[in-house]
Amino acid sequence: MAYFGPEIPGILALSLKVALVSVLVSLPLAVGVAYVLARASFPGKTLLDAIVHLPLVLPPVVVGFALLLLFGRRGPLGSVLESWFGIVVAFRWTGAALASAIMGFPLMVRAIRLSIEAIDRRLETAARTLGGSRGFVFASITLPLALPGIITGALLSFARGLGEFGATITFVSNIPGETQTLPLAIYTYTQTPGGDAAALGMSLIAVALSIAALAVSEWLTRRATRASGP
Amino acid sequence: MIDVDVAQRLGTFDLAAKFSADAPIVGLFGRSGAGKSSVINAIAGISRPAHGRIVISGTVLFDSAAGIDVPPEARRVGCVFQDPLLFPHLDVEGNLLYGLRRRPAPERVIEPARVVDLLGLEPLLRRGVRHLSGGEKQRVAIGRALLAQPRILLMDEPLAALDVPRKSEVLDYVLRLRDDLGIPILYVSHSVPEITRLADTVVVMSEGKCLAAGEIDIVMGRLDLKPATGRYEAGALIDTRVASHDAAHDLTTLEFDGGVLVVPALDARPGDRVRARIRARDISIALERPAGISILNILPGTVTAIEAETGPIVDVSIAIGRAALTARITRRSVEGLELRVGQPMYALIKAVSFDRRSVGYA
Repeated sequence: MAYFGPEIPGILALSLKVALVSVLVSLPLAVGVAYVLARASFPGKTLLDAIVHLPLVLPPVVVGFALLLLFGRRGPLGSVLESWFGIVVAFRWTGAALASAIMGFPLMVRAIRLSIEAIDRRLETAARTLGGSRGFVFASITLPLALPGIITGALLSFARGLGEFGATITFVSNIPGETQTLPLAIYTYTQTPGGDAAALGMSLIAVALSIAALAVSEWLTRRATRASGP
Repeated sequence: MIDVDVAQRLGTFDLAAKFSADAPIVGLFGRSGAGKSSVINAIAGISRPAHGRIVISGTVLFDSAAGIDVPPEARRVGCVFQDPLLFPHLDVEGNLLYGLRRRPAPERVIEPARVVDLLGLEPLLRRGVRHLSGGEKQRVAIGRALLAQPRILLMDEPLAALDVPRKSEVLDYVLRLRDDLGIPILYVSHSVPEITRLADTVVVMSEGKCLAAGEIDIVMGRLDLKPATGRYEAGALIDTRVASHDAAHDLTTLEFDGGVLVVPALDARPGDRVRARIRARDISIALERPAGISILNILPGTVTAIEAETGPIVDVSIAIGRAALTARITRRSVEGLELRVGQPMYALIKAVSFDRRSVGYA
């Protein structure tokens, strides 16, 4: 039988916070990278494309290990982050968000890039001749027309973040109340004698969350598509 | 005043266009692939010529020697393309105001209400742009370009995607623009009826170069431009005035400098200026005034030039009063009649050869 323990709301709130922050932080960068990949041509574009897609094909544990090396307190990026901004990500929930952001990044960029590529570039040209600067045209034409892809990308990354396990546990470990998100908690219960009922309860919650995220994504995309044209 | 001198290599195609024109509507005419759209793109700032100079109404938009290349958003050049390119996420009003909002208030001389009225857009304002007809979309595109307060309006084949009734609808609106707003229009088309109906001055392009620029009836009548203006379409334009209507027979009589023309009834008042296009293949030549003939228009004139041609068809330039016409007849007829320059003759034109496309308001 499924068991729903009193620790569930806390775990759920942490999971949602980690996934949400990871999406909010990575979204502007994903839009920028998607725009560059869709529109610019420059030497090294294939390399950038490959790097963006790397988390999709690498074992998550490798991504987590790379994050540990780079963003550990003594790692090259981790020490900069700490001394310049006072942000510590190692073994913190912020590190879990970073891991989710990186694992979800390829999905996000892919969806946004496809929707930018589908925009008739002549619309942007027409907007320029009407007096819109490059930046204004991007904000007033490109972004709204790419909105369905941006929503899809954000939700895919959000759902991916809720389910993220390998990179997270490798990078920030499994600390209850700090980095123990829903998948990590489920894993813990499966490793605990007599924890099956709690693991099942949390698994059901994970299924419900995923279905809800997909349904919201579908609904938002349909709305945005209706609003932004054929 | 439009001054263009641009050179650019586009793939295997060399654009080297130089012309100067000053008229309410300047027609840029040529077959597809002649480089018309490349000229438009260079003026709008969509493409950058390798070298050259573009000056519109005294403002330098591009000058490679002086290092001037005004970005498209600062050129104030309105564009209407074959495809209306309306913004699908905005409604009609949002589209119309897009460019207006980018201009500082003191520059907003052309007001929305005026454009909405001129183009008949009032009932469309709240509509989304996807369910508009082709003609409505194109009217919105024209209005949007106008409200961006352009110093010139570039229209690149704006009617090409429309069916015949819509073409005529939009054409009428373009003429109203010319009369009401006084913004110069550079009108690109490969269609002789469109160009002749709208333009006062025409620039003929072929293979990336401008072959001629000047008054439309002179340029379009020139035999040496025929490879660019087209054999099938050869003809002449004459400016006429409506003299009277024959209600009993549904005919209208037009006066011009050289006589009168009888054409199928026109929706115009006596005194109205009307431009008639007479195709070369609709004119026959007789040395004596024929009798017992169905042809209503028999105009005395003289031969002014005979095209040297070895094929079966010869174009003969004739003068009827001060109007210059071209007659397309067989080489056998030229030889049989022993036509020569300066010879008096009669031009025969069937009234039914005029239609809506060949007669219109000037």
